[in-house]
Amino acid sequence: MSRPSTLSEKIIARAAGLESVRPGDVVTCQVDLAMMHDSGGPRRVAPVLEKLNVGVWDPDRVVVVSDHYVPAVDAESAKILDGVRTWCRSHKIENFHDMQGICHIVLQEHSYLKPGMFVVGGDSHSPTGGAVGCFMFGVGATDMAAVLATGETWLQVPETLGVRWHGQLGLGVCAKDMMLKACAVLGVGGATNRVVEFVGPTIESLPHVERMTLCNMTAELGAQTGIISPDQITAKYLRSIGTVFDELTDWRSDPDATFDEILEFDASDLQPLVAVPHSPANTTPVNNIDTTKVHQAYIGACTGAKLNDLHMAAAVLHGHRVAKGVRLLLAPASVQVTSTATADGTLGTLLDAGAILMPSGCGACAGYGAGVLTDGEVCISSTARNFRGRMGSVSSKVYLASPYTVAAAAIAGHITDPRPFLETATL
Amino acid sequence: MKSHRVWLLGNDIDTDVLAPGAFMKGSIEELSKHCLEAIEPGFAEKVKTGDVIVAGQNFGAGSSREQAALVLKLLGIEAIIAQSFGGIFFRNAFNIALPLFTVKSIQGISAGDQLTIDIETSQILNQNTGQKVIAETLPVHLVSIVRSGGLIPHLQNRLAQQQKHHPQ
Ligand code: SF4
Repeated sequence: MSRPSTLSEKIIARAAGLESVRPGDVVTCQVDLAMMHDSGGPRRVAPVLEKLNVGVWDPDRVVVVSDHYVPAVDAESAKILDGVRTWCRSHKIENFHDMQGICHIVLQEHSYLKPGMFVVGGDSHSPTGGAVGCFMFGVGATDMAAVLATGETWLQVPETLGVRWHGQLGLGVCAKDMMLKACAVLGVGGATNRVVEFVGPTIESLPHVERMTLCNMTAELGAQTGIISPDQITAKYLRSIGTVFDELTDWRSDPDATFDEILEFDASDLQPLVAVPHSPANTTPVNNIDTTKVHQAYIGACTGAKLNDLHMAAAVLHGHRVAKGVRLLLAPASVQVTSTATADGTLGTLLDAGAILMPSGCGACAGYGAGVLTDGEVCISSTARNFRGRMGSVSSKVYLASPYTVAAAAIAGHITDPRPFLETATL
Repeated sequence: MKSHRVWLLGNDIDTDVLAPGAFMKGSIEELSKHCLEAIEPGFAEKVKTGDVIVAGQNFGAGSSREQAALVLKLLGIEAIIAQSFGGIFFRNAFNIALPLFTVKSIQGISAGDQLTIDIETSQILNQNTGQKVIAETLPVHLVSIVRSGGLIPHLQNRLAQQQKHHPQ
């Protein structure tokens, strides 16, 4: 009998070819899939592979997504994107998605992820894959080059931190608020070298896209990654996108597995939260800062522009107009999200309210693309990070909130509680 | 033993202040000129080869961009001593042979102090105060990566070994 294990320990043990692993063990794992993007990908790994004089270990296990510098805004970004295309061609990478959306979203939409996989991503929000029940974590370019060369990577087995949610989420609160709460309690870096496993009744009834937001923002906790045990909701999601997968029953923590710690949260008293500059952990209830004026409201990023996020924004914006002096920028997380939101009327609602449609990509989130801020400007954003200068000028200020709260601020011209908009909407 | 001048920084020094997004498109040399400018103006001009950074918790939090570690290395930073590090930054730094030392407390270390660091024993000695700090012991494989000059030379050695054992 192998020792009782957490979900992550089971996946790591499988990838390492071992019966079981313990936190602290340093193991070498076979990588099931490697994902990289235009910023940290080919332009950084190609020189290393050349130096090593090796090719890609298995082109079918590599996915490349151009999302950071799309669409090109100058000669430099055009050159980076062109380099990605050339590299994918010469390395026979068929799984290349050019300007189709943000990597973490594209990876799931295109059925690359299955429960129990061990995946590395060349981006810090790679934990998003945990929503499918993968152990997926972010690595830098040299680590990625080593994976491409050998098909394996080392890992120090992390402890598992259980984050347990019970109670029902109220109107106008969502996964983003849950994570801002977790950031406030744990602090940025509060889960460093640990994996966060989300458990409990609230999680069990949460839609798949909302689970993606939870796992995505474990990056802000400094976690190795985030993960959720795949269940019927996962299975339904995977079937809906045509993923063929094996039985799910194996991929859960044993009842007597050792968790480093289990933190308990109550969803029923959760309020809409806002993280004030310059840290996702500077969290306060929206009503504490509801006079803060905003110049820009941004619905974007892998964290906050999935189909569900657009639905939330539309629920608030329906029948309203963006305030004078405020610009509401909308960058759906993928072209598929744009297309579905067009078909179901969501996009129309958002555009009627005055939203400005932007390309699908990282854009303003990381200050790489269109929509950056100038000196002293204030932005409320559905993204995951509000570090100083991230979205533009070092004197700009970014407030993080849910799509509901971002949409409400766009209407009011200042930060405000989104719930009154939803109460009138349901009348 | 060589002594190193200290740059003292606070908690949560993130990858966006180390490698600002606006300059990520260009060369690493250009990017390095903007390293830490948001919180420590003039850092890139004033830092000298052999200097070290001493910081609080969660140094290198945020993005997976390896440039955050590369710019420090390029500017001549020889080691970073902090109470904790962002997980991806931790791997990135060792992969490019920039050693990191985790210590319980940084109290008693001031900006401009001169430190000596013994990688073998993880012992840090403050020349100005005589204070000794022992950092957490590094996993053996990380020490061997730094000794090889980073992950790539380390891999080159390994691939060469494999060649020797299994000539094609
Ligand atoms: S949208 Fe933002 S957080 Fe997501 S991958 Fe792009 S830059 Fe990173």
